[in-house]
Amino acid sequence: MSKTIIEAKDLTRHYTVKKGFLQKKGIVKALESVCFKLQAGKTLAVVGESGCGKSTLARMVAMIEAPTRGSLEIDGQIASKPTSQGQRFLPAIENRKSVQIVFQNPYASLNPRHKTGTILEEPLLLNTKMQHAQRRKLAEKMMERVGLRPEHYDRYPHMFSGGQRQRIAIARAMILNPRVLVLDEPVSALDLSIQAQVLNILTDLQEERGLAYVFISHDLSVVKHLADDVMVMYLGKIVEAAPTKSLFEKPRHPYTAALLSATPTINPAARKKRITLTGELPSPLNPPKGCAFNPRCANASNICRTNAPPTEVAADRQLACFNPIV
Amino acid sequence: MKKLLDIKNLSIDFQTAGGLFRAVDQIDITCDSGEVLAIVGESGSGKSVAMLALMGLLPWNAKVSAELMQFDSKNMLAISKKERRKIIGKHIGMIFQEPMSSLNPCFTVGFQIVETLKLHLGLNRAQRRKKAIELLELVGIPAPETRLNAFPHQLSGGMCQRVMIAMVLASNPKLLIADEPTTALDVTIQAQILNLLLSLQKEKNMALILITHDMGVVAETADRVQVQYAGQKVEEQKVESLFQTPHHPYTLALLSSLPERADGRKLPSIAGLVPGQFDRPPACLFAPRCSFATSLCNKEVKKQSNLLGQALCNFPVTYTQQKNAGAKA
Repeated sequence: MSKTIIEAKDLTRHYTVKKGFLQKKGIVKALESVCFKLQAGKTLAVVGESGCGKSTLARMVAMIEAPTRGSLEIDGQIASKPTSQGQRFLPAIENRKSVQIVFQNPYASLNPRHKTGTILEEPLLLNTKMQHAQRRKLAEKMMERVGLRPEHYDRYPHMFSGGQRQRIAIARAMILNPRVLVLDEPVSALDLSIQAQVLNILTDLQEERGLAYVFISHDLSVVKHLADDVMVMYLGKIVEAAPTKSLFEKPRHPYTAALLSATPTINPAARKKRITLTGELPSPLNPPKGCAFNPRCANASNICRTNAPPTEVAADRQLACFNPIV
Repeated sequence: MKKLLDIKNLSIDFQTAGGLFRAVDQIDITCDSGEVLAIVGESGSGKSVAMLALMGLLPWNAKVSAELMQFDSKNMLAISKKERRKIIGKHIGMIFQEPMSSLNPCFTVGFQIVETLKLHLGLNRAQRRKKAIELLELVGIPAPETRLNAFPHQLSGGMCQRVMIAMVLASNPKLLIADEPTTALDVTIQAQILNLLLSLQKEKNMALILITHDMGVVAETADRVQVQYAGQKVEEQKVESLFQTPHHPYTLALLSSLPERADGRKLPSIAGLVPGQFDRPPACLFAPRCSFATSLCNKEVKKQSNLLGQALCNFPVTYTQQKNAGAKA
C-alpha cells in the first residue's frame, strides 16, 4: 500500500455573511466535517453541483484558506489548522511547495502582462535560490514536458489557445515538483479534442512522478476515466465516497444515483429513463432541516426530515443516508 | 414537400483588421417541423454564427451570402428589416447560452415576458398577465404569480433558463433555436431543462435546432446531427448511425477521444489545433490533423453521397474499415 499524503479530519469551513443592515449575521456552512485520505499516485475526484463546496475544499487543500474546524495533514505534518476569525495560517514552506493548484479558466489564471517564461519561473524565484540560467533551463524542460515548443518561452498568454494556456498552467503547477496537484475543473473550459490531450498529459505526469490528484469536476465521464476514488458532495457534506468502479456500478445514495442518471451518455440506443430531480440545490444560508437532500429525494422518510444522517463507513465506502439504495 | 427551414450554401465573412475571415463556409441546414436537429462542433466551428445570420443578429462587419435562405416559404435574404422583425421572435425563437446575462437585470421577469406578448400577440393587459402566468406554469416554475415580480438576479440559473424558454414560447414559434441551452447549468438541472425542451417540442410539433458541443446531450436528444469543423459542415447523419458509424475522420476521432469510449488509461487524442484565420489549409481543413490524409487532400476535397453521411472527405471511413480496426485493436 502506498503512502498516505493527505489526510483531512473533520475539515469544516463556515463563512459569516451579512444579510443586511440591522439584521442578524448568517452562517454559510460551505464545508462540514469532511474526512478523507489520499495516497500518492492516486486520484480523488470530488463531484457535485455548483455550491456544494467542491471549490472551498480545493482552496482548503491548497492552503489558500484555513479551516474553521478540523485539520489537514500533508505528509504527516499539520498543514492547516483553524485560526481565530479566518486569519491565514501560514504553513511551513515545504508543505506549501508540495501542493499546487490548476484552475478552471486558463484565460483568467495567467497574468496577461507576463511572458510564459516569467509565469513559469515565478514559483522558482519565490521558493528557491536558483540562478537565472538554472531557472530558465528548468522552465524549458517543463515546457517540453507538457508539449509546448521552446519558442513559446517569450510569448504572452493572449497568443495561446485555451489548451496551450492550460498546459502553461499545468507546467507552472508542476515546476516545484509538488506531491499533490489540486485540479479545479481543469478541462471544462476546453474543447473536446483538446480535452483529451490535456487529460493525457495529466495521466502521464501522474505515472511519471507518483503525483496525487485532487480532481474537482462536474463531468462524470471524465471522472470515471481518471479517478481512483470518488467523493460526492451535497451542500458542503460528503454524501457518498467510494472507489470509482463500485460507485459507478452501484451507487447507494439516492443523490449519487440521480447524478449518474442525469449525465447524458453517448449511446443513443441506451436512452434511459432518467431519475429527474425536482427542484434545485437549496440555499446554503438556509439549509433544510434533517438531511439536506430530503426535499428532492424520492426515498425520503420522516426521519430524514428531522435528523441529519450520520456518516457510516462500511468496507471501502462512506455513506450518509437513512434509506440507501440496496 | 418543402422544409420549414432550408438554407443552402450559406457563407459568412467577417471584415477584420487582418482581412476577410470566413466563419461559415458553404453550409446547408435544413430542419422540418417536429424534428430535432443538433449542430455539433468545437468553438470556432461557426455553429452559432450561422444561426445568428438567420436571425439577422450579426454585427455590421459580417457579410452573409447564400444561395437560398428560406423559412416557411419566405426568402429571409430579400425581406426588409421590418418584415424580418415580424418573423424573428414570433416564428423563430432563440435561447442563448447564459440565461443570467440574456435577461435584462433592470426589469422583472414578468415585465420581460409581457413585453414579448404585447409586441407579438397584441393582447390586453389582463390577458397578458394571465398568459404570462400560464407560460411560467408551463415551464414548471413554482408559484408563478409571485415569480412575475422577481428580478433575474433573484432567480437561479436554471430558473432563468426556464423564464427564457417561457418568453420564447409566448408566441408559439415554429422553429426554436437553442444555442448551448444547458452549458452553464449543473447536470441535474440540465436534465430538467432538456426534458422540458423536448416535451414542449413534441407537444407543439416545433422544429428544434440544438447547438451544442456536448456529445452526450446530442445522443440523448437529437434526431439528426450535423457536425461542423472550422466553419464547414463535415458530416450529417441520423443520430444512431452517427454514433455507430461516423464517416468523416474528424467525427470518428472526436468520438473516440471521449473518455466514455476509451478502454485504456490513455485517450486517443487528435493532435494539433483547429486552423485559425491565417493558417487555413488549401483544401480539406482537417487534413493536417487527419490520419487518413494523403497529398490529394491538400489539392481538393470531395463531398460524399447521402449514404456516406455527406462527409466532406476524399477518404470517408466506411463500416467495414471500422470493423477491421476494431478487430485489430
